[in-house]
Amino acid sequence: MNHETRIQLSEHRPALRRLERRQVLRRGLSLGALTMLTGCNLQDGDAVDRVLWAMSRWNDRVQAWLFDPNRLAPTYPASAITNPFPFNAFYPVDDAPEIDGNDYALEVSGRVADKQSWTLAKLRLLPQESQITRHICIEGWSAIGQWSGVPFRVFLQRIGADLRARYVGFKCADRYYSSIDMATALHPQTILALDYGNAPLPPKYGFPMKLRVPTKLGFKNPKHIAAIFVTNDYPGGYWEDQGYNWFSGS
Amino acid sequence: MTSAAATSPSTPAERPPRTIVPVHPALVRVTHWVNVFAMVCMIMSGWMIYNASPLFGFSFPAWATLGGWLGGAIAWHLAAMWLLVGNGAAYVVYGLVSGHFRHNLLPLWPREVLRDARDAARFRLRHHEGEYNSLQRLAYIGVLTLGMLAVASGLALWKPVQLQGLTALFGGYDVARRVHFIVMMGIVGFILIHLALVVLVPRTLLGMIGGRTKLPAAREKLSG
Repeated sequence: MNHETRIQLSEHRPALRRLERRQVLRRGLSLGALTMLTGCNLQDGDAVDRVLWAMSRWNDRVQAWLFDPNRLAPTYPASAITNPFPFNAFYPVDDAPEIDGNDYALEVSGRVADKQSWTLAKLRLLPQESQITRHICIEGWSAIGQWSGVPFRVFLQRIGADLRARYVGFKCADRYYSSIDMATALHPQTILALDYGNAPLPPKYGFPMKLRVPTKLGFKNPKHIAAIFVTNDYPGGYWEDQGYNWFSGS
Repeated sequence: MTSAAATSPSTPAERPPRTIVPVHPALVRVTHWVNVFAMVCMIMSGWMIYNASPLFGFSFPAWATLGGWLGGAIAWHLAAMWLLVGNGAAYVVYGLVSGHFRHNLLPLWPREVLRDARDAARFRLRHHEGEYNSLQRLAYIGVLTLGMLAVASGLALWKPVQLQGLTALFGGYDVARRVHFIVMMGIVGFILIHLALVVLVPRTLLGMIGGRTKLPAAREKLSG
């Protein structure tokens, strides 16, 4: 009996996981609704949930409107760098994926002209830029770090991306995924970071490549990027699908 | 009030002389209660956001927070902020245009504040419906200022790149976090005193709900 149950569970695990993600937000919000709205007859978590999701989509639009493509995030001197720079992910640091840089091939797909994959050596041949900027986590803490790599605009132009598409999506080796708006993708400080400090990214900071977006919160800076795609269909994200605001601009 | 007055309809002549005084204009009452809802949402969800990365050596108990988890709390915080700001703006515009601020919150003289504070310390400060004493004026101007600081420091935290001038004005992102927290504590402190005074003078609650209060004798009414 137990054995049968296990088999059934494993068959439905992906669907269960999806359902679970949706439930996490809903449960949280209905708890809030109960705390807040007892006596108001509005105890239906789904209704409150819908209002909150709608407000989050509204906040996406407001932030896209507020976003100035030419406004640079403040930069700092090397002396301001936070040492050690904190590790943060949805798993402990020991579970950060170990990737062999020699086997690495970045996949490119969607609305792009050239879908060839990219080795690390090829990425290193592109123009490189460095920045010392503040990484702000949605949890409230922040830390200053130094990242270097390929300006994302240069990369998107090089692969012949449709620069009028709405989204750029990222799939990562640690099962993380996220997406950003095209305006932010083209911002001069948005880079495909290959280095942290003066050395290649260590595994804990996203080897072999992470997206560095100083105009967005930390969780919009995916690490261990394995694939990039350009699309007009909303790609969502690991945290975004659970309820973090999608745009999350700084 | 006598029991006879409460049980049988009496003619005006039999009633003690009383005046029904309009205490708070409708807009002040509506924005007050909308603000109560928005502020409670902001403070409780803010406490849960604080708990994700506590600035100081303590966390807020889960029962006092809103949102269930960080994502839910931020969803509440960034939704309720529109209500807080929209409602606050309506109140401030009304207060400026109608003369409500000028007539009821001003003037505020230090000497009167000291006098009222002395009376209050001796439990001699009397509450006059329809008129704010200087301590009330100080408290309301103070909490309005705190409310505006909460919004400004919140914007500095929400948009430290797009509104980086504002964030710099607060002394940077980390200082803005502390300002946002301290301002919250100031507002919570106001709420506690405010509620304690409503418990001491419960009829003020009726004034904020119905807008009128029955007084044994005529008083100067709040204008605007």
